[in-house]
Amino acid sequence: MPADYLPILIMLVVAALFALVALIVPYYMGPRNPSTSKSDTYESGKLPFGTARRQVPIHYYMVAMLFMMFDIEVIFFYPWAVIFRQLKIFGLIEMGVFVAILLVGYVYIWKKGALEWD
Amino acid sequence: MTAIEIPALNFAALLPLFIVVGTGLLVVVLDLFIADKKSLGWLSLFGVILAAIVGNMQQGGAGFDPAFQNVSLLDGYANFFNIIFLSTAALSILVALGYLGRVGLHRGEYYALLLFATSGMMAMGMATDLMVVFIGLETMSIALYVMSALNRHSRPSGEAGIKYFLMGSFASAFLLYGMALTYGATGSTNFSDIGSVLTAGTVAPMAMLGLGLLLVGFAFKVAAVPFQWWTPDVYHGAPTAVTTFMSVGAKAAGFATLMRLLMVSFPAFAVDWQLAIAVLAVLTMTLGNVAALAQKDVKRMLAYSSIAHAGYILVGVAAATTEGIKSVLFYLLIYAFMNIGAFAVVGVLEQKEAIGTKLTEYAGLARKNPWLAMVMALFLFSLTGFPPLAGFWGKLYIFRAAVNADLTWLAVVAVINSGVAAFYYLSVIVQMYMKPAADDAPEILPSTPATRIALAVAGLAVVLIGILPASLVDMVAKGVFG
Amino acid sequence: MVPTPYYLLLAAVLFAIGAGGVMLRRNTLVILMCVELMMNAVNLTFVAFSHELNDMTGQVFVFMIMTVAAVEAAIGLAILVELYRLTRSVNIDEFNSLKG
Repeated sequence: MPADYLPILIMLVVAALFALVALIVPYYMGPRNPSTSKSDTYESGKLPFGTARRQVPIHYYMVAMLFMMFDIEVIFFYPWAVIFRQLKIFGLIEMGVFVAILLVGYVYIWKKGALEWD
Repeated sequence: MTAIEIPALNFAALLPLFIVVGTGLLVVVLDLFIADKKSLGWLSLFGVILAAIVGNMQQGGAGFDPAFQNVSLLDGYANFFNIIFLSTAALSILVALGYLGRVGLHRGEYYALLLFATSGMMAMGMATDLMVVFIGLETMSIALYVMSALNRHSRPSGEAGIKYFLMGSFASAFLLYGMALTYGATGSTNFSDIGSVLTAGTVAPMAMLGLGLLLVGFAFKVAAVPFQWWTPDVYHGAPTAVTTFMSVGAKAAGFATLMRLLMVSFPAFAVDWQLAIAVLAVLTMTLGNVAALAQKDVKRMLAYSSIAHAGYILVGVAAATTEGIKSVLFYLLIYAFMNIGAFAVVGVLEQKEAIGTKLTEYAGLARKNPWLAMVMALFLFSLTGFPPLAGFWGKLYIFRAAVNADLTWLAVVAVINSGVAAFYYLSVIVQMYMKPAADDAPEILPSTPATRIALAVAGLAVVLIGILPASLVDMVAKGVFG
Repeated sequence: MVPTPYYLLLAAVLFAIGAGGVMLRRNTLVILMCVELMMNAVNLTFVAFSHELNDMTGQVFVFMIMTVAAVEAAIGLAILVELYRLTRSVNIDEFNSLKG
């Protein structure tokens, strides 16, 4: 029923209002003294150097690729988790097989040194 | 919460597939701890042979019932294709055992990838649902992309890998779009459900469009004109052991799925796809053969020849009869032996990667190594279709199926093409037997026992099937749907 | 409620843009992205049909496509990185050492 979603709508409106208020109020109330260091790029308190576009070690690619593959496998856990109780022991065994195959891949990349950082 | 009733899954039907995948996983793990990569090759070979034996024991038993809620079916048809895939895998492993060591590429991953690719092919042969087709196809293709790019220090290998990858995933996208439209038009991804909806209803334009896109996708995968241009580069650039495997396996898997899909799901559109396939067949044979005539490199020439052979096989598909299907099964098994044999010889003569594959470098082979020249001549004669070798019977059955299906014009075109093909196959034989070797020609490196076994098996198969085609005809007779 | 044909039309347009990109662009990375776009257009088609037919198969299919697309992207990037090390280029026209 659409009416059931009313609390969610109210929450969305409240959240949006809060964000707006938090932005607008300091804009009018707070003092403003801009200076060079204040309007500089925020870099966790450190002085920024160079441009953001520079070469990245190839190793990041490796980690990104591995992450992508293991990350996407989680997609199969969600539907499984929803009906886990109804599937009983069969579901557990099936997922055990799935994870075991993933583990073979994990052992492989580990032993091949893809996770070493130097 | 009510418990979900787990339907009967029938694991028995997938047992051969599980054996191949399991061996692959085992090889991945053992590769980390074993330095002797040859033993991994022999282990893979053992797994493949075991899978073939188990598969054949299923014949007529419970393993032949539909599995996993009708998405997969090990029937006579799938079992016959399994025999093709597993023979291809076994011979390719034997070829690789010799080749990879010589070119310094001996890595355990090769065998694991080969087994995974084989499992994908088997899934395609058994698939009765579009989803399984897709998963099998991608399992095969992704493993093959990596195998093509196996040589990380070789530019041709890398280029072959990226080209195959880009073209393959492009084709997959078309195939998927075709599947999506078919699903939308019929409300099902199951082959026979699609078939019954389409047979009962009026012709839906969306299903027609879906079929068209599916055909484009499969034409890419089996390297049919006008979607063949990636083939020569990929087959030429990939390590020869890989070309050996994929030129047969990937093609057979594509045809396995294509034929089942067309015959089971789209009989309602038979008139349309028959014509489309017949046109594809004519273009594919003609272009493959004409382009092969101009090649100076034997490996590349065989790549074009494999395009031409896809054309002959399409003739059998276009017939769209049981006889046509059987002739394709018959031809694919023979093609597996003769093509693997020819590529295996190319691999033996390849000194380093891409050196020693030129046509002129075959000069005088008959004097230097009479045995090797003899088996090469045998495979080439069989590819040409000289009686009484196996290739002759393969062509004969395909052409006869076409004639019986009122496609006499197609059979005539195919016969003319076979005549054209003889020129380039024979030019290799002329080089081997009638031209003297160049003075600075390097010595031929000795072949390993594994390669010799592969050549002997393939050669014997070509001769034996040639002399006794009836035995194979009996085997093919079991290769029926359902 | 947006009618299903709108989704199908959007998917068809996305697919065409992707296919056009694969054929026209020269940068291999962009080509890779175009292929991904085509796959996602297919996903949209499947989900739209699945919704209209009130049938889950289409959505399960999308799961499979997403997984495979991720693996394909990883493999494609890996091959491309290796090739870049050899050629210092990602331009598809420069991968031309194979000639007949």
